[in-house]
Amino acid sequence: MRILIKKGRIIDPSQNLDFIGDILIEDGKIIGVENNIDIKEGVEIIETNNLWILPSLVDIHVHLRDPGEEWKEDIETGTKAALYGGVLRVACMPNTKPPNDSPEVTKYILEKASQKGYVTVYPIACITKKQEGREVTEFGRLKKAGAVAVSDDGKWVQNSEVMKRAFLYAKNFDLAVISHCEDMTLSKGGQINEGYFSAKLGLKGIPASAETIAVIRDLILAKETKKSVHLAHLSTKEVVPFLKWAKEEGIFFTAETCPHYFTLTEKEVENYNTLAKVNPPLRTEEDIEAIKKALKEGLIDVIASDHAPHSPLEKEIEFEYASPGMIGLQTLLPLSLNLVREGYLTPLTLLEKFVLNPSKVLGIDPPSLKKGNLAEIIIVDPEEEYTLTENIIQSKSKNTPFLNKTLKGRVKKVILKEKVFDLTFS
Amino acid sequence: MDLKTKKHLLDIASLNKEEIENILNLAENLREILYRPIPKVPTLRGKLIIHLFYEPSTRTRFSFEKAAKALSADTLTFTGKGTSIEKGETLLDTIKNLEAIGADLFVIRHPVAGAPHFIAKHSKVSIVNAGDGTHEHPTQALLDLLTVREKLGTLSGLKIAIVGDIKHSRVAHSDILAFQKIGSTVYVSGPAQLLPDLKEENYYKINKKGFKICYKLEEAIKEADVVIALRIQKERHGETLVPSFLEYHEFFGLKPEHLELIKEKAILMHPGPINWGVELAYQMEKYPFQVILDQVENGVAVRMAILLKLLTGEKNYENLN
Repeated sequence: MRILIKKGRIIDPSQNLDFIGDILIEDGKIIGVENNIDIKEGVEIIETNNLWILPSLVDIHVHLRDPGEEWKEDIETGTKAALYGGVLRVACMPNTKPPNDSPEVTKYILEKASQKGYVTVYPIACITKKQEGREVTEFGRLKKAGAVAVSDDGKWVQNSEVMKRAFLYAKNFDLAVISHCEDMTLSKGGQINEGYFSAKLGLKGIPASAETIAVIRDLILAKETKKSVHLAHLSTKEVVPFLKWAKEEGIFFTAETCPHYFTLTEKEVENYNTLAKVNPPLRTEEDIEAIKKALKEGLIDVIASDHAPHSPLEKEIEFEYASPGMIGLQTLLPLSLNLVREGYLTPLTLLEKFVLNPSKVLGIDPPSLKKGNLAEIIIVDPEEEYTLTENIIQSKSKNTPFLNKTLKGRVKKVILKEKVFDLTFS
Repeated sequence: MDLKTKKHLLDIASLNKEEIENILNLAENLREILYRPIPKVPTLRGKLIIHLFYEPSTRTRFSFEKAAKALSADTLTFTGKGTSIEKGETLLDTIKNLEAIGADLFVIRHPVAGAPHFIAKHSKVSIVNAGDGTHEHPTQALLDLLTVREKLGTLSGLKIAIVGDIKHSRVAHSDILAFQKIGSTVYVSGPAQLLPDLKEENYYKINKKGFKICYKLEEAIKEADVVIALRIQKERHGETLVPSFLEYHEFFGLKPEHLELIKEKAILMHPGPINWGVELAYQMEKYPFQVILDQVENGVAVRMAILLKLLTGEKNYENLN
């Protein structure tokens, strides 16, 4: 079976391409990328009228909640949301119930993903057993079972000696180490950013220092062990000078942020809006500006969603009791396109942060529009404006402050191997 | 709370000067009822007020109950124990069920900030905040204002000193806003780890020179018209944030030697409960301008005013005689 995608703006960071052209796919493989491919017989033609034709996004920070919290999300619904977000590869965080600290859980995730999943799933295993921060997990057996990285996401490995051991042991197995940077002695009991709104709402604040101190320690350990560390979901301007310093020192690291940290401020929590409760917390205009600049300067390499589904049971309750997190797979691209609209990134540099760099972190071949590759293609209308209704959200959970807000930029179609998914409906 | 348009009393932050004065004026008028031979009027007959106390309280709970009873409302009170809370019912379900039983107004005290605001978003009836976590305690601030106005005859141009655990005290938070809104200046002092964070300061500073953080107790209380001592909130931070009560008393406790610094006839207040020998030296009980029990008395009048305004608007105000 042949599919011909006609006349789109082909943007592919792996080949440094940005031109108007056509792509021909046969039996799920890309066999032609040209200015003009003229075949009319025996092909399914997809007219794009200058929409963007992109390789799949890679989201390395997603909570699928499976096993254990399937009322919030499961592998089927989570990967469907990913598909609709243009993310045909997701890496899922290990804080499930039980946590992914054993090869059995890793295998369960991969098996279920192969049966029910819409997109490719890469399990991330725990750094420490039960995420307790004490004993390192079986990196070797976890890697063999299919884990691509380790992280105690949601918790920082507070004990520096344990973290150093993890950095070293991960070198044996080429496992990426992803650190949730939060000094929990400083953030303990914290609900929102420390500042004006923590005073106004009478909620305990989380100081920027909780993140900054954790980042600095992990950079120092990365330096000492010569093992790269991936710094998850950075949120504060205070870390940026230290990222710059680490680059100058030649320390191996990659850094990540999420759309909410360059889109929303702490003001969203006003009136105790639990949908805006997230960890790390939303911060200030100044932080947003610093994060955008760090993306522009290449100090932050990866944009990920930190998709964190929660049901009304965890959100429609008292603020302090509500769980932190918001869903993000379907808002990832539209919100990030603002960086292009505002001139911080070009389409190509945006895609580096969505495709190339996250693949590099996980040590996988990036999705690419090169001839010979499997088709993992998304067609995007960067200009379409629409309201994010509950109907459009494919996750089981609808916890996002963008619910019923206008988004700009939408994934219209996905071509995943032989399958074409038409995602337009309202 | 222009009580004609607002349905709830959630915090001092959402009140303006005029609204605060309206409540104080009404409370002042209502206070007289409490001195009658039969201290009761029928104004709220048939109204059901439910007190939800998810946290221990003596003064505030009884004060609200007394206020409701003086206005002839029916009251139901539950505390965390012996109710469906123990069976795991959510706050929202509890509220919906009590609405179905026929509540006209909820008075809620809760260990977490924003709980009254949360139920106000989902409830059809009026909510009064009787203290939410470390956020606010608006009726306490209003009764503090009433007490100061009664004793000093004014609320403008005064220097108010608040000493103690400012960071974790909902009373302090409400007082800081209320006294500034009505035209006075607030100085706070205590161990620095119990004072507002530097980034939080600009929230408390309503007027340019209206609020000051002092690291030396003497600076805060010097020439003060009103001194408010606070209790160390041990149960809120879950651990002791000061090295010892002995040291606390020595450096931040109010003692007879401080009387020389404050204004002559300055009044001394405390929201209670008091730990004598910690925030207040025992001798201070005998200080002639100590008005701690007047505060308690005014609490009933302030709460009557709030219940009356929320449940009737002001239309029944004339029928009180």
